[in-house]
Amino acid sequence: MRTLRLLLEKEFRQIFRDKGLLPILFIMPMVQLLIMPLAANFDVKNINLVVVDRDHSTYTQQMVTKIASSGYFHIAGYYSDYAPALHEIERENADIILEIPAHFETDLVRESRADVYLAADAINGTKAGLGTAYLNTILGDFNNEIRMRWLPAKTAAVGTVDVTYSNWFNPEMNYHLYMVPGILVLLVTMVGGFIAALNIVKEKEVGTIEQINVTPIKKWQFIIGKMIPFWTIGMVDFTLGLLLARFVYGVIPLGSLLLLYSFLAIYLVALLGFGLLISTYSDNQLQAMFVAFFFIMIFMLMSGLFISVDNMPPWAKIITKLTPVTHFIDVVRMIVLKGSRFSDIKMQFLYEIAFAVALNGWAIWNYRKTA
Amino acid sequence: MSEKAIVCKDLTKRFGDFVAVNHISFDVDQGEIFGFLGANGAGKTTAMRMLCGLSYPTSGEAAVAGYNVFKQQEEIKRNIGYMSQKFSLYETLTVKENIRFYGGVYGLSDKQLKEKGDELITKLGLEKEAKMMVGSLPLGWKQKLAFSVAIIHQPRIVFLDEPTGGVDPVTRRQFWDLIYDAAGSGITVFVTTHYMDEAEYCNRISVMVDGRIDALDTPANLKKQFDATSMNEVFYALARTAKRSAD
Repeated sequence: MRTLRLLLEKEFRQIFRDKGLLPILFIMPMVQLLIMPLAANFDVKNINLVVVDRDHSTYTQQMVTKIASSGYFHIAGYYSDYAPALHEIERENADIILEIPAHFETDLVRESRADVYLAADAINGTKAGLGTAYLNTILGDFNNEIRMRWLPAKTAAVGTVDVTYSNWFNPEMNYHLYMVPGILVLLVTMVGGFIAALNIVKEKEVGTIEQINVTPIKKWQFIIGKMIPFWTIGMVDFTLGLLLARFVYGVIPLGSLLLLYSFLAIYLVALLGFGLLISTYSDNQLQAMFVAFFFIMIFMLMSGLFISVDNMPPWAKIITKLTPVTHFIDVVRMIVLKGSRFSDIKMQFLYEIAFAVALNGWAIWNYRKTA
Repeated sequence: MSEKAIVCKDLTKRFGDFVAVNHISFDVDQGEIFGFLGANGAGKTTAMRMLCGLSYPTSGEAAVAGYNVFKQQEEIKRNIGYMSQKFSLYETLTVKENIRFYGGVYGLSDKQLKEKGDELITKLGLEKEAKMMVGSLPLGWKQKLAFSVAIIHQPRIVFLDEPTGGVDPVTRRQFWDLIYDAAGSGITVFVTTHYMDEAEYCNRISVMVDGRIDALDTPANLKKQFDATSMNEVFYALARTAKRSAD
């Protein structure tokens, strides 16, 4: 116990004396938490639409006005020909072309039907996909309005199904509410993962680890002596982030804080075990940095924060299950936004405990006092 | 507990095809200053790491402070001090904090730490620097401090790997005074060096060439044996036979 206390004393002193490290541990994550959620917005607005109008009729005027007033589209150009419109897309001034053929109004009036043509720039898949979907909805509305006007009132009541919907747990589809907890998890992950990965390697580089290895300090004492300080930093960072989320974004956890912190405690053990594992396999800080970066990249992309896990192919879903971050993001969202209870997140607890045991066991096994 | 501080018989370390240490055998008496010489790459550090319990021998036998180097590394570690080639105190801790950490790890009580620590600081004349970061001390002082910390728990044996590399002559002289003090208090000193004047200070010397020990005796006897006037000549005569290129 005394050895452990001495190790902790030493570790905390070193961390708090490292003037370069402190801002990275405590200030940078908070600044990022202030800025990133404002940018991470999946709402697609300001889609640039070019209209190719070969008809120039009242109906086309009405249609374009309706689209422009929806708030999602910006009419970036109005042409009578396709070529200049395509040119706008090529120059990245436009995302979607709406082509209205000649005789649009005549067809609509005489034959009760008319076609329009949509071309989307699929380089930006999200904008293209959502943009065409929005346009479809708007054009569908437009359709209904015309039918209402033409058909006798009694028949008009027939034939349309309206869908009304509500978004539970996030009624205004507020992206801050959705993104802030997730981003907080990523920041804690970055800080914890990197510091743990780099720290032991640094002792290897400087040569102090050799001195430790020749003392009676036991492996587990050394590892725990490294874990506790980083674990504490992770806890503090998460708490600071949670306070920021509350006072800046108004995100107040619905569920139990005790449950949230219990999960965080286990998650940090798993994450630090991962960092220590990397450091036991690396010879210098550069190596450790690259390996840690590589994995944290995977964690980010597969965590479900930026890419919805539900849309992933089955093999990718398995990878998401194998990254500790995914479960924590899940749990944080469930507890903070839905107020989930322990029974709802039992599985995630099991996963995280398994990660913690496996990663730390591996790290301790691979750390050798005698080579 | 054996009388001998180190007993070593046919100790060998291979890295693949490369035989870093090739069947070396020697004994070191308790309280002796034993010089471990050899050109760069001759295998000194590898041999020393095996004796300290940092590295498993490939074959042979050795006992350090009476403990087996294959099975009892942890017992060995409690009974030795070690000062590696790389400076190994924590540079962002103060002189006092380093003493407290390393002394405490070897089981010294708070009271002992305070006494020993103050004694050590006075002996090294570091009163003014006691609260300075170790990283800001000059190299010679760092080395003297590192040595004093390595023997703070009064081990049976202390291993020193080129302790005076890059240190000025005056400080080297002071360093050897510390070594004599330690030996006087009963600590066995096992030291590697490239300075032949330092070799003369040792009770006995072994010279490693290509992983073997090619000569082992007192400095006076070695000079007689090789018909040399100084240890320098002895070393040249032996090192010239090396086939392995130095790094």
